[in-house]
Amino acid sequence: MRNRRKKFGSVLSNIYSYLVYLFLYLPIFVVLLFSFNTSKRNIVFEGFTFEWYLRLPDNDSLLNAYGNTLFVGCISTVIATVIGTLASYGMSKYKFKGKGIIDILLYIPVVIPEIVLGISLLAIFNLSNVPMGLTSLIIAHATFSIPFVVFTVNARLAGFDRSVEEAAMDLGAGRLKTFFTVTLPIIMPGVISGAFLAFTLSVDDIIISFFTTGPGSNTFPLKVMELTKTGVTPDVYALTTIVFIVTVAVTFLSQRDKKKPVKG
Amino acid sequence: MEERRAIVEIKNVNKIFGENHVVHDLDLTIYEGEFLTMLGPSGCGKTTILRMIGGFEEPSGGQILVEGERVEEKEPFERNVNTVFQSYALFPHMDIFNNVAYGLKMKKVKKEEISRRVKEMLALVQLNGFEKRYPSQLSGGQKQRVAIARALINRPKVLLLDEPLGALDLKLRKEMQLELKNLQKKLGITFVYVTHDQEEALAMSDRIAVMNQGYLDQLDTPEKVYEKPVTRFVADFIGESNIFEATMSEITGNTASIGLEVGYALGLAEEGVTYAPSEMVYACVRPEKVLFSQETIEGFNIKGVVREQIYVGNIIKSNVIIANGQTVKISRLDIDEVPKVGERINLYWNSDDVVIMKSRGYQIRSVIENASLGGN
Ligand SMILES: Nc1ncnc2c1ncn2[C@@H]1O[C@H](COP(=O)(O)OP(=O)(O)O)[C@@H](O)[C@H]1O
Ligand SMILES: [Mg+2]
Repeated sequence: MRNRRKKFGSVLSNIYSYLVYLFLYLPIFVVLLFSFNTSKRNIVFEGFTFEWYLRLPDNDSLLNAYGNTLFVGCISTVIATVIGTLASYGMSKYKFKGKGIIDILLYIPVVIPEIVLGISLLAIFNLSNVPMGLTSLIIAHATFSIPFVVFTVNARLAGFDRSVEEAAMDLGAGRLKTFFTVTLPIIMPGVISGAFLAFTLSVDDIIISFFTTGPGSNTFPLKVMELTKTGVTPDVYALTTIVFIVTVAVTFLSQRDKKKPVKG
Repeated sequence: MEERRAIVEIKNVNKIFGENHVVHDLDLTIYEGEFLTMLGPSGCGKTTILRMIGGFEEPSGGQILVEGERVEEKEPFERNVNTVFQSYALFPHMDIFNNVAYGLKMKKVKKEEISRRVKEMLALVQLNGFEKRYPSQLSGGQKQRVAIARALINRPKVLLLDEPLGALDLKLRKEMQLELKNLQKKLGITFVYVTHDQEEALAMSDRIAVMNQGYLDQLDTPEKVYEKPVTRFVADFIGESNIFEATMSEITGNTASIGLEVGYALGLAEEGVTYAPSEMVYACVRPEKVLFSQETIEGFNIKGVVREQIYVGNIIKSNVIIANGQTVKISRLDIDEVPKVGERINLYWNSDDVVIMKSRGYQIRSVIENASLGGN
């Protein structure tokens, strides 16, 4: 009797987790499916075709937007990763007055509504005559990504044994040499997760990009938003599918990389 | 010892962390090729002194000279000393080859020479064939050897070792003590060794610097430190000892009659030391030097009852309670005669087996310290 009830419970919880995954992945599956649909309208699946994929190279405005997204993503990620890593390292290494306040100040951009950050950035760009376009986008994306890099690198530095730096200096390495040959390699996993996070945030940002972009510098998410007004066509689905597959591949690769026998 | 060349000279060094005065007026000369141990309980400032020699802390005052050159302001990488850290501090992301090679790479030594010397060094610490392993794949003892090899490959003039065997189990620790001592003799490099383990210090060192709350209490050979401790702290910390509070009563020649809280005894007055009449002193006798008898002995009057006996290997330790409640320890080999439990006995010793220590200066100092530390 007891046993049976237990069994029933475990079946229920199994069903529950299947449902969670279903809700997560069903919409993606639908997009994937309709990217192969012969019909332009996404209501019924009429037949299988590669047509939308083949026509992608001709869709200049979509590809251009996607190129912008990748460009802004890459550059802002590099900037945010460098600045965030150095900031985290400096704050962990040196103790100074008001450090607690600086830590809190770093959380605020993460928790305030994006719309506030977007408007603030727009105001600053206008005041300081930063050309609105890719430059302003890159600065904006780097800005909101930095705290995330700091957090991931902080987590890594929390378990970092300072004596290995002293050992390096003891063995004749100067401060820079020590940082690049010992510290950076050891905190690298934190730096890489930070960079991934920054890139992900940049690539699918809409709200802040909406405020900080200029004419002619559309990003992919903004372009898709624009298209939803007139109806999304299967070529957007095709591009989305490609993005999805690339993301999945990269995620798997990076997870596999983590299993190397190096501990820090 | 006097003819040997000084390699590290610490002159009147003080170190203060905020309100915490950690090293007091330290004067210490370390000679080329010697094995010097800094011994003291945890928190007495040993690591701090080592870190000042290595360049990781700056003295609050005083000078440190290495090979006659002042180094207080120099960076760690500008000093010809190397350190074996308390926690090993191996580079986790490098294999053993690259860990050991690190110092040579920083000096831009040629590739062929690096691999030759790393090989040599790993052979020296008996880790041949470990080049490709990572630190996380090694046992504690092996990590320790890598840390030593990584420091020694730079051929430092002085090697600083901070409780290098602290994390190892007893058996391995004993083995490594011998190995380290042999290594030091073979290479002739000066070792400055930090430990809180007095047995380790006695077994390995040429000289021992006994540290007490940031003060250097005694700097001497292991025999001297054991046989002739100069402060109560040293007598207490090194080996086992019976310490009596006493007063000097009568000195004839170099034999002194000393009054104890209960009874009296004979002792040896230190040559060239003058004592005030009835001066307060500590009399220290090692457990193996305490003699016992059923009869009373001329010059002694200490009576006690044997309370208990413990067998430790081939040594029998007896605890004798004397009139004021103090326990006097007696130790004997199991082949020797031992008192019986419950027996009333008279205690005595050869007058040259007791060490008489002036107590005042030290007492005052420790009173002040205890007061300022809130009584530790
Ligand atoms: N960086 C530091 N800042 C403040 N106090 C310190 C620092 N390093 C050591 N101390 C203090 O100095 C004292 C001696 O420490 P240490 O030299 O590590 O002793 P030991 O190695 O003999 O155990 C301790 O009370 C410790 O708390
Ligand atoms: Mg220490």
